[in-house]
Amino acid sequence: MKKLFLIFLLALVGTSLLALPLKVAFIYVGPVGNAGWTYAHNLGKLYVQKVFGDKIQTTYIASVPEGAPAVSALKSLASHGYNLIFTTSFSYMDSTARVAKMFPKVIFENCSGYLTAPNMGDYFGRIYQSEFLTGLIAGATTKSGKIGYVAAFPTPEVVRGINAFTIGVRMTNPRATVHVVWVDSWYNPPAEKEAALSLINAGADVIKSETDSAAPIQAAEENHVYAIGYNTDMKKFAPNYYLTSATFNWGAFYEKEIKSVMNGTWKPRKFWGGLDTGIVDIAPMTNLVPPQTKKLVEAVKEELMTHNFHVFDGPIYNQNGKLIVPSGKTLSDKDLLSMNWFVQGVVGKIPK
Amino acid sequence: MRLKIEKRNESASTLSVLSMSVLSVVVSLVILGFIILSLGKNPIDAYIQLVSWPFGTIAGLTQSLISMTPLLFTSLGLVLAFKMKLWNIGAEGQFYMGAFGATWGALFLFNHISNPWIMLPLIALLGAGVGAGWGTLAGVMKARLGVNEILSTLMLNYVAIYWVNYLVYGPWRDPASYNFPITAEFPKAAILPQYTANGINLGMFLAIAASFFVYYLLKWTRFGFEIDISGDNPKAAEYAGINVKKMIVIVMAVSGALSGLGGMMQMSGVLFRLQPNFSPGYGYTAIIIVLLARLNPFVTVVVAFLFGGLIVGTQQIQLFLQIPFSLVNAFQGLLLFSFVAGEALLHYKLRWLKA
Repeated sequence: MKKLFLIFLLALVGTSLLALPLKVAFIYVGPVGNAGWTYAHNLGKLYVQKVFGDKIQTTYIASVPEGAPAVSALKSLASHGYNLIFTTSFSYMDSTARVAKMFPKVIFENCSGYLTAPNMGDYFGRIYQSEFLTGLIAGATTKSGKIGYVAAFPTPEVVRGINAFTIGVRMTNPRATVHVVWVDSWYNPPAEKEAALSLINAGADVIKSETDSAAPIQAAEENHVYAIGYNTDMKKFAPNYYLTSATFNWGAFYEKEIKSVMNGTWKPRKFWGGLDTGIVDIAPMTNLVPPQTKKLVEAVKEELMTHNFHVFDGPIYNQNGKLIVPSGKTLSDKDLLSMNWFVQGVVGKIPK
Repeated sequence: MRLKIEKRNESASTLSVLSMSVLSVVVSLVILGFIILSLGKNPIDAYIQLVSWPFGTIAGLTQSLISMTPLLFTSLGLVLAFKMKLWNIGAEGQFYMGAFGATWGALFLFNHISNPWIMLPLIALLGAGVGAGWGTLAGVMKARLGVNEILSTLMLNYVAIYWVNYLVYGPWRDPASYNFPITAEFPKAAILPQYTANGINLGMFLAIAASFFVYYLLKWTRFGFEIDISGDNPKAAEYAGINVKKMIVIVMAVSGALSGLGGMMQMSGVLFRLQPNFSPGYGYTAIIIVLLARLNPFVTVVVAFLFGGLIVGTQQIQLFLQIPFSLVNAFQGLLLFSFVAGEALLHYKLRWLKA
């Protein structure tokens, strides 16, 4: 009798465990806001909540400072039974790895870093492919031949984006130049706006932003020059001068990961997906983009998706005119991940 | 009706000081409650979440203690300076410089030393030394040139933060980090003894030991006595043969050394590598902590612990109620504000005058 009761109890516990929703948490580097990096990640969170319904439970902690507070936030989440935790910034990589060691049963995923562990994956999108496509559009629309690029920090990710963008620009406009201003912050709307204004004053007639707010886009609209956004579709911020955005679509990736955790097939990996995986894309091009350019962009996108063509196929020259990638060659992922030099056509310096 | 402000004749009793401190916390909690309410959340729920995890569970308690450590070091540094009415706003910068010193020692100067008992004291000295130097800079400017220390220490914070940023983005960047802004990890010898898997380390105990040291310094030494006199009445101190200018420089140095030591402990005990923005403003929070603790080193330990728990607890309320993290800053601001208001009420009273 006692035994029967025990079995019954075990079965009860077992089924209730199975029925428990997967608890998924996100750590954000900034406030969710209405545009930008964290906003894009939160769109991904909302997307998976919708897709999986009551099979998952999601939460987030926003604006978590790097270092000790991040460690503490991660420990809280893991101790509260969250099974899958996404940390959405490189700056949390170290903290994530530390906490992953303490909670071997919890799965962690860090965005845009490089460390992995048995229970920690690394993920990012090849946004440079999208940047390249927006470069094609910028090159085709500029009249002054000067394009302004508002950049955050000189990390390899940003440098790679600037290079890919410039390669795109030069493909449609071989004499155009891309002028870079560093904001030294991922999110600082006044400084981002200042940077855009200084570029416009210097004669730029297309502004490409890579920072987190929509301030550069708004500055472009106010000064009647074209604008290209980043992270998410930013049309509403510059309705009359907006061309497109290089966008992340994190939801596509989060959906796959949650599925594999549910199936028990999850494995740590370094995921760096391109246009073909849906994690990156460009926002719908507005009517300001000439029809033949639209066609070109679509065609090149197709080539990139089928891997017939790579953004960093040679010949590529650096700023001093030195041949870095001979024709017939392409840059390896390792070179891309540690990129710290500018291609020909970029006007600006990487602080050393 | 007219409002008149009068100075109180009697000095404030311990009881009224204590009740004022408690009251200012209560007032800020009430105002914060309205803010939470305006976000459409239940403030009572929020407060339960705020305290239950950081103070009510072992895991949460551990985190509160770890958060306390950097706050305590920087606070103790400020206790000394504030005792002399030297308004050192630069604990943040001194903390950064301490972390810089420790990293310099651990990764570059002494990286061939493999014995932790040689390495750790060396980088502790270096961290404290660089922090002391940063404090001294403001001290000398004040003593020699009469530069207001509030301004100089505040400005030097930015210099320290950008200096660390420069190193991490530039020459100190770990070659194995794909050019990401982060230094290499500290060698094993430069890591403080860790007592539990979740991060309790020697730094915490040293921070508490430091509070005894500061207490001893202030209460039982001639130096402490001179700090007291120079703070209360610099003229009288001069007449009594105290070299107040020298005192300014020394006190700023010791104050900076304690914050610097805190930076070293954070590196060697918790973070193990330098990266940008590794401090969420410990040095600024310390200002509020020591004011609430009324410059008593032991009370400072308690208040620093409560603030450590506050940082942990706010993540908790965010997790369950999705209330933004910036609420910590709002709460700290409210606390300081109501504390300053309470302080004024201790020394002055308001009286309605019939017109």
